[in-house]
This record gives sequence, C-alpha cells and structure tokens, in this order.
Amino acid sequence: METKSTLWRRASRFGLTAAASLTATAALAVENLPGGPAVRQLDFQPAVTKIAENQAWLHYVMLIICSVICVAVFGVMFYSIIKHRKSKGHKPANFHESVAVEVAWTIIPFIIVIGMGAMATKTVVAMKDTTNADLTIKATGYQWKWGYDYLNGEGAGIKFLSTLDTAQRNLSDAGTPQGVDYLLKVDHPLVVPVDRKVRIITTANDVIHAWMIPAFGVKQDAIPGFVRDTWFRAEKVGDYYGQCAELCGKEHAYMPIHVKVLSQADYAAWTQEELKKAAAAADDPNKEWKLDELIARGEKVYAANCQACHQPNGKGAGPILPLDGSKIVTSDNHAEQINVVLHGRNAMPPWKQLSDTELAAVITFTKNAWSNKTGQLVQPAEIVAARK
Amino acid sequence: MSAVLDPHGHAHGHGHGHGHDEAHEHPHGWRRWVFATNHKDIGTLYLLFAFTMLIIGGILALCIRLELFQPGLQFFNPELFNSFTTMHGLIMVFGAIMPAFVGFANWMIPLQIGASDMAFARMNNFSFWLMVPAAIMLVAGFFMPGGAPAAGWTLYAPLTLQMGPSMDAGIFAMHILGASSIMGSINIVVTILNMRAPGMTLMKMPMFAWTWLITAYLLIAVMPVLAGAITMTLTDRHFGTSFFNPAGGGDPVMYQHVFWFFGHPEVYIMILPAFGIVSQIVPAFARKPLFGYSSMVYATASIAILSFIVWAHHMYTTGMPVTGQLFFMYATMLISVPTGVKVFNWLATMWKGSMTFETPMLWAVGFIFVFTLGGFTGLICSMAPIDINLQDTYYVVAHFHYVLVAGSLFALFAGVYYWGPKWSGVMYSEARGKFHFWGSLITFNVTFFPMHFLGLAGMPRRYADYPMQFADFNALASVGAFGFGLMQVYFFLFVVVPMMRGKGEPAPQRPWEGAEGLEWEVPSPAPFHTFEEPPKLNGAATKIVA
Repeated sequence: METKSTLWRRASRFGLTAAASLTATAALAVENLPGGPAVRQLDFQPAVTKIAENQAWLHYVMLIICSVICVAVFGVMFYSIIKHRKSKGHKPANFHESVAVEVAWTIIPFIIVIGMGAMATKTVVAMKDTTNADLTIKATGYQWKWGYDYLNGEGAGIKFLSTLDTAQRNLSDAGTPQGVDYLLKVDHPLVVPVDRKVRIITTANDVIHAWMIPAFGVKQDAIPGFVRDTWFRAEKVGDYYGQCAELCGKEHAYMPIHVKVLSQADYAAWTQEELKKAAAAADDPNKEWKLDELIARGEKVYAANCQACHQPNGKGAGPILPLDGSKIVTSDNHAEQINVVLHGRNAMPPWKQLSDTELAAVITFTKNAWSNKTGQLVQPAEIVAARK
Repeated sequence: MSAVLDPHGHAHGHGHGHGHDEAHEHPHGWRRWVFATNHKDIGTLYLLFAFTMLIIGGILALCIRLELFQPGLQFFNPELFNSFTTMHGLIMVFGAIMPAFVGFANWMIPLQIGASDMAFARMNNFSFWLMVPAAIMLVAGFFMPGGAPAAGWTLYAPLTLQMGPSMDAGIFAMHILGASSIMGSINIVVTILNMRAPGMTLMKMPMFAWTWLITAYLLIAVMPVLAGAITMTLTDRHFGTSFFNPAGGGDPVMYQHVFWFFGHPEVYIMILPAFGIVSQIVPAFARKPLFGYSSMVYATASIAILSFIVWAHHMYTTGMPVTGQLFFMYATMLISVPTGVKVFNWLATMWKGSMTFETPMLWAVGFIFVFTLGGFTGLICSMAPIDINLQDTYYVVAHFHYVLVAGSLFALFAGVYYWGPKWSGVMYSEARGKFHFWGSLITFNVTFFPMHFLGLAGMPRRYADYPMQFADFNALASVGAFGFGLMQVYFFLFVVVPMMRGKGEPAPQRPWEGAEGLEWEVPSPAPFHTFEEPPKLNGAATKIVA
C-alpha cells in the first residue's frame, strides 16, 4: 500500500510541477471529508442507506461479471494475437461461418443480460416507492441555491434557503481553494432525523437542477413547473454532501447540498428552535425602515445572493452587467429595477423567492453602495405593491 | 499523381512530373474544390474539414482540462467554461466525427461497390459546402454578445431559453448541418442501392458499405427529430410558444424525450461506420475472411432498430415511472447482445489467422479492446439503480469518451492508415504510425481512465471547479489530455502532411497482402475517375475479371 501511495504522490507531484503555480502545491494537501468525497477515492462513497448499499452491491456484481467476460474474451484475443502471427509462420485457416457458434454467442449473452436486469429490478422498484414517508421536504432548485420547505411530519412549516458559503465562492474566483469541505459548505444545511423515511419532493424555479447525495444513493432532477420525488432513510448520524448534478447555468458548480442527519431527540430540539426563530424573525412587510438599517440588511442579502455574479464591487464581469453606475439602479423611478429583480431579465434569474423586506433592502443597498450615492430608500411596501 | 491534392500544382506548389491521369474537363485550382463533383475530391474536402474541426474541438477540450488541472478558477470564468464544454461536444459530434465518416463514405463506397461516382454529384457538393458556413456560424458564437451557447451539447430546455443570440446562430447552424447530413445520407442510400456493379449483390457488399447503408437510414430517420426539437426551442425563445417553457405550461422533460429520440440513434450513427472500417481491416491483416458476414449484417441492423427504443436511459433521474425505468433498462441491456456478436465475430476472424500488425491493424485491435471497455461501462450505466449514482458524473464522461474517442476516432485513424495509400499513392511511415498509435492509446487511457474513479466518487460533470478531494485524478487526466492532443498534432505534421505532399514510398495497388475488395483493383493513387464502365466481377464480387 505504501509504495502505491508514494507512486501516487509522485505522479500527482509531477502533474503539479507542470503547472506554473508551484506555490499552490502545499495548499492542495487535503483530508478526506466524511460523508463526502475522499482523496483519490476509487469507489462509491460509503453507503448510509439500504438503497445505496444495494447499488454498491449491484455495482460490484456487474464489475465482477464484466471483468470475467473481459478476461475470457480478451484472453482469447491476446492468445490469438501472440500465437496466430504470420511472423511465427502461422498459416491462415479458412473457416468463416458456424451457425452453432453464432447462436451460442447470441443466446448466452442474452441470458446473462436478462439475469443482470432481474438482479436490479427489485432495487428499481424499491427506489421508486416513496409511500409512507415520515417526513416530507420540498427541495426547490434556484439559480443557484436550494430552498427547503418542510411540508409534512415533525418540523412542518420550517423553510429556509441553503447557499454555498460566500467565502468559498470567493476562494474559487481567486484560484486559491482550501479546506476539507471546499465548495460543499452551505449556510443552512438540510436537517433530517436518523432512521426515518424522508421523502424529498423536487421542483425548480428557473431551469432544471438535480438534487443528489451520493452516500444516500439519491439523485433526482428538479424540474421547473413539475414535481418529482425520491426518498431516503439515513441509517447513521452525520453530515453528508452532494452537489447539483444537472447543468443549470453559470454557477452550476456552486450550489452544493449538505444534509445533517441528527438523532431523533436532537432533531426534535432543532425543529423547536427553528420554529421559534422563524416566528421571531418574520419581517412585517408594512414596517417603515430607516436608510442605514435597510442598507446594512441589504448588504447581507447582496453578499448571499448577488455578488457571485455582480461581484463585490458591483462591476459585474463578462456578460454580467455592472450595478455600479447603472442607470436602472440609480434612477429615481424604482419600478424598473424592482421589476428586473422580481422577474429576471436575460441572464439574470428572477428573485421573487426572497421576502419583500430582503428585496427592498438589497435594492436600497445597490442604490447607495459604491459610487451610487443616491440616498434613495425603497420600502418593503413598494415590493408588496409591485408583486400584485 | 495524388488525387488528394491538386495534380496541377498551382494551389499547393508541387509537381512531380507524374502523368496527368484524368481528362481535363474538370476545373482546376480553387474551382476544382468549390465546384467539386468528384466523389474523391469531396471525400478529401470532408476529411480535411473534419480534421480542422477535430483540432478546434480539441483546443476547447484542452481549455477544459487546463481549467480543471487544479481546483479553483485559474483561467476562465464558469460561463466561458460552460461554453467550452458545450461547443466541444457540438463541434466534435457534428463537425468532426460525423463529417469524417461521410468523407470515408464518399471516398470508399463508390470504389468498394464499383460505381463511377456518387449518385447525386452536385447535391454531394452542396451538402459539403453547406457545412462550412454552418461551422463558421457555430464557432462565431464565441464572438457574439453573451458568448457561445453554454447549455451543454444536449441543449436542455429551459436553460437554452436563457442563452444569448449565439443560441439562435447555433440552432440555425445545426439545422444546416442536419440538412447536409440528410442530403449526404440520401446520396449514400441511392448510390448503394442503385449503382452497385453487376454481380455486387447486397450480401456480397463490403461491410463498410453495409454499415453506412444502415447508418444513412438512421440519419434520415432522426435528423428531422433533432431539427424539430431545436425549432421548438427557437420558437419558445422568440415567438412566444411554450413547448418546453414551464412558465407557459411547457414541459422541459418533453425536450429531453425528443432530443434523445434523436440522440441515442445518433451515437450509433457515430459508431456503426466505425464497425464497418474495423470489419474491413481485421480480415485483411488476419489474412482470413470475415467470420460470420451475414450475422454481422444482421447484428448491425438489430443495433440500429434497438437504438430507437432505448433513448430514455439518458433520463433515469428525470423521475420516470417504475415501469418506464424497467423497460428502458432491459431494452438497453439487450443492445449489448448484437454488439457482443460483432466483437466475437472479429475475434473469430483473428483466430487461427496469419496476423501481421501494421498500423491499421494496431488501431483496429486497439479499437476492439478499448471500445469494449467502454461497452462494459455502458452496460453498468444501463442498470438504473447504479446509473442513479453515475448519471451526470465523470463516469458518464469516461464511458462516452471510451466509445467515441477509442471507438469512432480510433476506427477513423485505422481507416486513414488503411486506405491512405490508396488516396495519396504513398505509404505512410510505419514507425511514425506505430508511435502515433501507442502514444494515443497510452495518453487516451491516462486521460479518461481516472474519470471513472472521479465519477464513482460523485464528481458531477460540467463543473468549472470541484472539491479538493478530486484534485489528483483531475491533474492526471489533464496531463494525459495534453499528451493526447500533442499526439494528434504529430499525426497531422508527420503522417498527414507528408501523405498529402506525396512524400514517401510509392504505394502499390494492393499494399496489404490480405486486403480484398474492389478498391484494391484500381491503381494507387486511385485515378480521378474509376469504374467509368461497370467492372465485371468474380463470383465473390471482390475482384475484377477481365
């Protein structure tokens, strides 16, 4: 094992030397992430659901069958390549037909593949059986984050958005990745109880996304305008990671999924806490805000939602238009900017999923940040009116 | 005189004083190519066009591997990265692999069946020259506002609805390329069905012509389906329809069904002619007739028919009903039966032969071995429970590059080395050909084998940046990719260019001892006009009897 790993280290070091950025080598040393990928992992991630166990088992069986066929078939081929050479004086035979052989090598593979299908059938049926769930959660794909709504079961009514850690997004842009959970850390992980059947309903707001957790053996497209579902029953407490698996635009690589599996007691406590917090934090859309309060709130909303594209300096990049100095942003008439933010325009997705207060705050922030010192204030009531 | 380059020398500045072996009624200089109606000239144009697109698509692939060499964004922003993956796919499929096979069809089918030319010579010219503006329009997307299409080569709705004007240019380009393919296919079908020399019955036809006949029918069947899908995308984008736009009640999954109803036969369009080329080469170098000729024909036809009923295995994660998943899983697994028959037939052809391993045979054996590995991973992917984990990960990327690069591209290289002497009249250098083969085989595996591991570990495809745990295999794949790219530059500079300039040993009429077929009954290089009178054939339709 040790020689193997030194070989690997040497090979990767060779690769890295080829890059100009030798300094990055030290930063790249990283540990395995339990519940997520391991370094130089060769196999599926360790299974924490029955379905994932079955998938791993099926994969091993398939690998073994395919390897045996491979060795047998190519054993024959390489034997022939070595023995039946002109340079060894082998004279060509002249046979070119045999019905018996042809029938045999049609029927036998046919039986093998039907057997393969039969092995998998039970798991296919089990995977699709989403009935009798203890907990139902809706996962909504947005460009580019996940929204979770607890619909049924313990914790019903909890909802939140789950976004990639902004610092990691900035590290990516800077080309200086670091950390064991790089690109997998979110602000609000999805929390579920252990040993409970959790049904995930997927849908999307804009384009198709896909919700996946390799350790659970789950991957389900989230399709706008449609509802699909999948399920899992995690058997171990811990943190599990996945990423969006369907190309969804520019930030496709930056909308990870983090599921925290808690013991049932911890989960109950967590739901109590969340429901209390939600009640306290509910914004009254009729509240009149002061300018600096709203800007401070808006700066947070901007960091979480807008700066991946529009950049921290508001100048945009490439096809992303700048906000700094933008006529729409600095205009006295708020209607157009509110409209663009609510409904999207061209490459910009709609943001109507944010609350009235958050939208008012972020619009106010952009009207006062950088060189846009307009002093204008957009109250949540204006958003309420624009939504009608 | 080489039929590859202008025999009169003014376009490319050479003249070796060979006799002019053709009549002077056809135009010279640039007119020879622009107004080309000769199947050999048009074949050459197709091959050069395909190679140009292979290089452009290859540069895009290297940009992808450059960005993925290390985690973090070092070179490109993610939107541009998505454009690279999208355009790499579109260019390689529609610009490189498909036109290259059409080039082979143009060159070889009339020679193999004893026809004087393709049935519709002017349409042949038109179908080639349509491709050039289409390709320019496709690539020009990079310079349009918002950049090139970035929705993946599959162009899934509704992401396509968010793209800039380059998407419309891309759709128009695909329409034109599709029209070109349909015309090319009609030409091939009519040529094969109507213009075979007396005695060349269908069941005596060389396998390459057979596989192309079946491929041409596939193309005629599915290119209009693609055209329909992208036209609906276009009207959704601009004319207020809602075929796929969920905001208006459209169904994005419907797009995927329509696309893959085209897309799955498409993968066989790209591999059946490759099977044909390999089925010509293996018997030639085993000095033994192809084993199970008729079962090869039936297997090819079965693959083509089955390819219409397996499309939704690309869509297991869209959430099909359980019966749908089961149907498509079993149907997909069945395709491996006729594909297996082909592999077994090639092995039986080699068995007890008298083999030599010149470059074409090396590529053909390399094809059989590495393509079959891709076939096994395809079988693994066909199993729905496993595919749920592998869908949209690097495992799939590894799988389809094993069948498209080590499959289609390797077979194309095999064909170039096998028939190149007939086209150019000179032998390539055996040492260079072998270096190209071994270099490509090794770097190909260094590039794509680690991707299986990345996919099993859960790395999604089309990612501009990735968690650090995936770093080492990505670095390795990038090193391999640059090696593979360099090997193809070597191939162009040290094999293709000398061949085109007529440098090398003069090729005999039949450079391969065991090669059979009418193409070896004409001199090397093949004269500008061949079989102007239908040849009289022997009983096996492999030789001309005087």
